[in-house]
Amino acid sequence: MSLKKKISMTVNGEAVSAEIDPRRHLVDFLREDLFLKGPHLGCEQGACGACTVKVNGQIIRGCLFLAVQADGSIVETIEGATKSGALEDLQNAFMRHNAMQCGFCSSGMLLAAAELIEKQPHATRAQVREWISGNYCRCTGYHSIVNAIVDVLSARANA
Amino acid sequence: MNKPFESTAMTSNPITNDQRYIGVSEPRHKARRLLEGQGTYVDDIVLPRMAHVVYWRSPVAHMKVVKIHSEVARKMPGVLAVVDGVQMAEICKPWVATLGHMVGMKSAPQYALAIDRACWQGEPVVAVVAKTRAQAEDALQYIDVEWEELPPVVSMETALDPSTPLIHPELGDNLCFTRSLEVGQVDEVFANADVVVEKTFGFGRHTGVTLEPRCQIADYNPGNKSLTVYHSQQAPHMMQDLYCRQFDLSESDVQVICKDVGGSFGIKVHAYPDDFATVGLAILLGRPVKFVADRLESFTSDIHAREHRVKGRIAANHAGDILAFEIDDLTGIGPYSMFPRTSAIEGNQVVNLVGGPYKHQHYRAKLNVVFQNKAPTCQYRGVGHPIACAVTEGLVDLAAQKLQIDPLEFRKRNVIPDDAYPCTGASGIKLEVLSHEECLRVIEKMMDYPALRKEQDELRKQGIYRGIGFATLIELTNPSPAFYGVGGARIASQDGATARLDPSGVVTVLIGVGEQGQGTEAIYAQIAADGVGVSIDDVRIVTGDTSVTPYGGGTWASRGAGVGGEAVLLACQALQENILKLAGAILNRPVDDLMVYRGTILDRATKAELLPFTEIGRIGYFRTDTLPTGFSADLMVTRHYTQKEYPFIFTNGVQASYVDVDPETGFVTLLKHWAVEDCGRVLNPMLVDEQVRGAIVQGIGGVLFEECLYDESGLLRNGSMADYLVPMANEMPDIEVAHVQTPTLSSKLGAKGAGEAGTAGAPAAVQNAVNDALSAFNASVFDQPITPEKILRALGKLS
Repeated sequence: MSLKKKISMTVNGEAVSAEIDPRRHLVDFLREDLFLKGPHLGCEQGACGACTVKVNGQIIRGCLFLAVQADGSIVETIEGATKSGALEDLQNAFMRHNAMQCGFCSSGMLLAAAELIEKQPHATRAQVREWISGNYCRCTGYHSIVNAIVDVLSARANA
Repeated sequence: MNKPFESTAMTSNPITNDQRYIGVSEPRHKARRLLEGQGTYVDDIVLPRMAHVVYWRSPVAHMKVVKIHSEVARKMPGVLAVVDGVQMAEICKPWVATLGHMVGMKSAPQYALAIDRACWQGEPVVAVVAKTRAQAEDALQYIDVEWEELPPVVSMETALDPSTPLIHPELGDNLCFTRSLEVGQVDEVFANADVVVEKTFGFGRHTGVTLEPRCQIADYNPGNKSLTVYHSQQAPHMMQDLYCRQFDLSESDVQVICKDVGGSFGIKVHAYPDDFATVGLAILLGRPVKFVADRLESFTSDIHAREHRVKGRIAANHAGDILAFEIDDLTGIGPYSMFPRTSAIEGNQVVNLVGGPYKHQHYRAKLNVVFQNKAPTCQYRGVGHPIACAVTEGLVDLAAQKLQIDPLEFRKRNVIPDDAYPCTGASGIKLEVLSHEECLRVIEKMMDYPALRKEQDELRKQGIYRGIGFATLIELTNPSPAFYGVGGARIASQDGATARLDPSGVVTVLIGVGEQGQGTEAIYAQIAADGVGVSIDDVRIVTGDTSVTPYGGGTWASRGAGVGGEAVLLACQALQENILKLAGAILNRPVDDLMVYRGTILDRATKAELLPFTEIGRIGYFRTDTLPTGFSADLMVTRHYTQKEYPFIFTNGVQASYVDVDPETGFVTLLKHWAVEDCGRVLNPMLVDEQVRGAIVQGIGGVLFEECLYDESGLLRNGSMADYLVPMANEMPDIEVAHVQTPTLSSKLGAKGAGEAGTAGAPAAVQNAVNDALSAFNASVFDQPITPEKILRALGKLS
């Protein structure tokens, strides 16, 4: 475990360099070394989606991705996406529809929803349900999350 | 019998003189941080010198611990300690989880870390503490435990057989608790009934699968013998009491802090062995210790629930009257009754709740709660309700089918009428006021029942098999001390709230009931804003800290709105009185001349603005020299509330499910779900709707997907989120929710609980819908989860 590897990446717009164990997962690097607590750990095996972050513009599971894999990449977490304003209408819609309860899934759910809106701007309600099926929420029953995303899809389509 | 309350008139009556927030779909107060990644969950907290613990857990269902070899592990990098059950028992007492009012209940002493024996796969045996989590996990691989496997008791069906080994020989048998109830002339009624239907209902073990696993940080200060525990928990004062008693600390030196909790559902209202072990390690090491369960640990050590087999029968006459119910319930609870709420409550609830919505007079129930070598079970969202409801409503549908009466008509005919309250149900439960008839009327209209039946009939001709299922339900909420207190458990059913006017004119409320995502703090903010008379922007809510909030019970049995909310209302109204008294003193005017309106004191007659709250705060805190001699401003007041008039305040509702069953594959598609819910005064319709929907989806998980599968040796076969199927968005239907409001008269607020009714009714509604679809083939499945495999077996397509 002593073979540390040097990595550099851009995290939420800031250049970051570190020496880390090659086995360190990206989500652990973000949470433990950079103190970005927005991505959460739910299952550590890629099933729940709570650790979702963006690497080079694509959402990934932070628990299935090694930090060394992100060497040279652009990484964005919920903290960065909030600061940039990219999620603002989604976050507003989630508030309006109460599309969260405990909040543990919300970081991942929002980033997944944002990617859907980007890739399928005309997604139907059924397509929204299918898309977010990689993100587990035990609290809401999904109905309000779907409502919030559909709301943003239609607002952006009409903008 | 009393006349029903005029529900619409009652709820339109405001509780406060300028009600702007109570009853409104106000966005959740102060919740936006959760959408920005700014919550504070336990694993987000880092303390100086914090160490990390991982546990070596029993890999088998039942074993004798022969010898623990930890020499290699101790030498691994970063390792601070390896602690076994013997060492832990020197500072942490064992416990026996029983309740005095559950006569004859027994369990065996349980230790924070197993000593001689481990009794389920997942029981913690050895603790490894290191400077980092990774170092602790590395060292865990070098813990070498010699063990001898002991014969496991796996099946609850054979747990009481004389040939089955005893898990705890000193108890004499594998029976934790048994209860029999006989009301009326059951044998006679069944013997003479026109129609009797019998069925056996199976329920698989579930677990809660909170997205945030159980976790805590224990921090012991040896200098003043004080303990601080950051905990993802629902009942901080309960844990404070337990830590002080198990470790011989003064209660007042134990502080339990619950910040954001990532889902709980009852999973986080119990005291787990590793909770105590982690605290013990902090005491032994004199430094903070963090424990975060990984997902496999969650599956094998979080409480499970709902493993029941219920034989049930119903008697009815040709006129369409339900005459009697009879049940025999068997449930397996693992090797120990869970601390401190005990594992016999769920079965006991089934006995109390079967037949609950109906007006029959004859009832017999038998309950056996048995030990087995699987993970311990205990109270999980709905506690017994989903089982009682599925049995009751399954039997009701079977009787309706045999009588050839429409299931909705049959329910309308048999529910306790809305003008019959207060009354007592056949099992002896006291019902204050319910609205079954009104709820059935609302759901019929909401789902356009006749049109749906027509669509079902037409599609059936085309070989499409759809089913409609109903579930009428009751839910117990707002518990009195009859639940735990009378049985000797130190779990508060009262709650207190403190309301304080800050110098700036902001109202801060401190309360013992915390937030796990339901929106509890949000409704308290709404109540506080209306109760004192300020904008909701000028309210702050503080929960989840035993050193700060009034003593209270926390979150369980759907008590947050009805009990906690009432305490907030009482405290805030008292604060408003004190603000008016202070204004009277400042203005030298009689209090009766004054009123509060939106953060300002007005002249009651002219409505002229006299003093803003900022002036009340300034004078009340900084210029008390200007006040009359002997006058005390008292801008902070505390009020407590206990619901004492009934053991519980029952709520009611009805759900309907519309499904499609593919007879070729056995797949069930959920097309739509409706719920009509009466939780008394609705404090925030949007939040209640989400409680109902989330609970329904949890119930749907149970009826169609979820089961902790054990093999014959007592090993869990599906301890991961990939293998234990939880509902995801794609399989779930849209859920329509409507409200009937019949407030409880046991409080000013009139609110009843809303957190569990969804889970109570959904399994029954879906079970009945699937069986309605299968009725075309004279087939049925009453064994949950209702999997495609079981459906194909029922259809004779699998042998």
